[in-house]
Amino acid sequence: MNMPVGASVPDYRAMPLEELDVSDPRMFQHDYWHELFARLRDECPVHYQPDSPAGPFWSVTRYEDIVAIERDTETFSSEPSIAIIDPEPDMILKMFIAMDPPEHDDQRRAVHHVVAPRNLQEFETLIRERTVEVLDSLPEDEPFDWVKLVSRDLTTKMLATLFDYPWEERNSLTEWSDMFTSDVRITAGEGSTREVIIEHMTVCLQRFTELWHERKGDGKETFDLIRMLQADPNTENMVDDPLTYMGNIMLLIVGGNDTTRNSMSGGVVFLNEFPDEMAKVRQNPHLIPSMVSEIIRYQTPLPHMRRTTTKDVELNGQKISKGEKVVLWFLSGNYDDAVIERPNDFWIDRPSVRNHLSFGAGIHRCMGNRLAEMQLRILWEEVLQRFETIEVVGEPKRTCNLFIRGFTELPVKVTRFQP
Amino acid sequence: MTVITFIQHDGSERMVDGDVGLSLMESALKHDVPGIDADCGGGAICGTCHCFVEVSGDLPAPDPQETAMLGLRPDRADNSRLACQIVVSDGMADVTVRLPEFQM
Repeated sequence: MNMPVGASVPDYRAMPLEELDVSDPRMFQHDYWHELFARLRDECPVHYQPDSPAGPFWSVTRYEDIVAIERDTETFSSEPSIAIIDPEPDMILKMFIAMDPPEHDDQRRAVHHVVAPRNLQEFETLIRERTVEVLDSLPEDEPFDWVKLVSRDLTTKMLATLFDYPWEERNSLTEWSDMFTSDVRITAGEGSTREVIIEHMTVCLQRFTELWHERKGDGKETFDLIRMLQADPNTENMVDDPLTYMGNIMLLIVGGNDTTRNSMSGGVVFLNEFPDEMAKVRQNPHLIPSMVSEIIRYQTPLPHMRRTTTKDVELNGQKISKGEKVVLWFLSGNYDDAVIERPNDFWIDRPSVRNHLSFGAGIHRCMGNRLAEMQLRILWEEVLQRFETIEVVGEPKRTCNLFIRGFTELPVKVTRFQP
Repeated sequence: MTVITFIQHDGSERMVDGDVGLSLMESALKHDVPGIDADCGGGAICGTCHCFVEVSGDLPAPDPQETAMLGLRPDRADNSRLACQIVVSDGMADVTVRLPEFQM
């Protein structure tokens, strides 16, 4: 834990339940969230917080309750937003992650094939090439920032590859993704205001609209996400509806960014904390896919999603009124020992390793999960072949954001196998 | 005894005896039949045990949750089911389960 001087960890076990603050992103920044969620799961699995920078909200922290809510999309709506903050009324982006059936289903089906495993095979070679380039350019025997040189660089390059985005402009994709998820109200004041975010969204939309028109009907037989939208009858005119186009672009940018990026960093941290697991995967590289699932559980890069009640409902003894915000803490569910055996252990070949909540559950379950797993699998296949040691040599710095659990800096040193 | 015939997308077949009380998904996993991922372990909340089922006679109809998950599949057909939701019962007719090209 790298707490700043003068700051202290709240005594979550001793405080009255009604004083527990589940909205403070510093619990992720300084990694002291375990006790908070453990107490909530034990004593108050459906918890009400009357006041927070994002307004009042309920927290649901047990695995089984989260699943029950995800199954009941009629009572627990994804509209108007899956973020804890309500959207500005004149700026409600149309994205299927924040829609209910039946509209959700039609929209999702229309873009789902973009990340279908058949299409992923087309990307696999490219993704591996990019990964190899990045890893081969890393310095040896001197500390470097894994977040900057590997996780960030690689996810940016992959995203640019998927969109066939102008290569020299590719860093905008990551900057936009970071900005869109960094509202001041969920970042302890460190992020951007609504006005600044909207300003950048407008620039992003402009650029993607230009790319759409440049590509439309240019007859090129290349393969990218924009052309796939253009080729499908359900989405061929999406550009004419800017809020829908922007919504889908944003979903693809954000969905394919922090999530994978932070799992790429998390894996390095966990394998350093649990050297026996590193020995296991070195011994048996067939465990890489299983390890990838465990990394995704252990990291839970998106710690929550929000739902809104469409009617009065009772859950675990608590009465929730119509129209209230209900936050599903996937992170807490992933560490719930009622379902996950020895949840605090990073255990790469645990039973039912795929059975976690990091992708959510039900109809909103992450659409890009196969792509994410493939990216992480390729990374670890290439890392383990190349590097004899991957050592964390300093305190990691973590993201101060309620919506994102991740790393901003990770000092690492590697040594390569001698030929 | 109910015989389950799993047919992979490439046409290869595998017949297994279905145990009463086990779902088609569980039978596939028990016999290491590939093509079913079952990420959520049987709760009809992931959709990664999608299959196309042929049986002489009736099966219990999909419940709303299964229907919701099937509704997301671009390759959905009239006989699409989630293998975790069909449990072999006493005297159930033999069943053919075709696996899709991929789970997602």
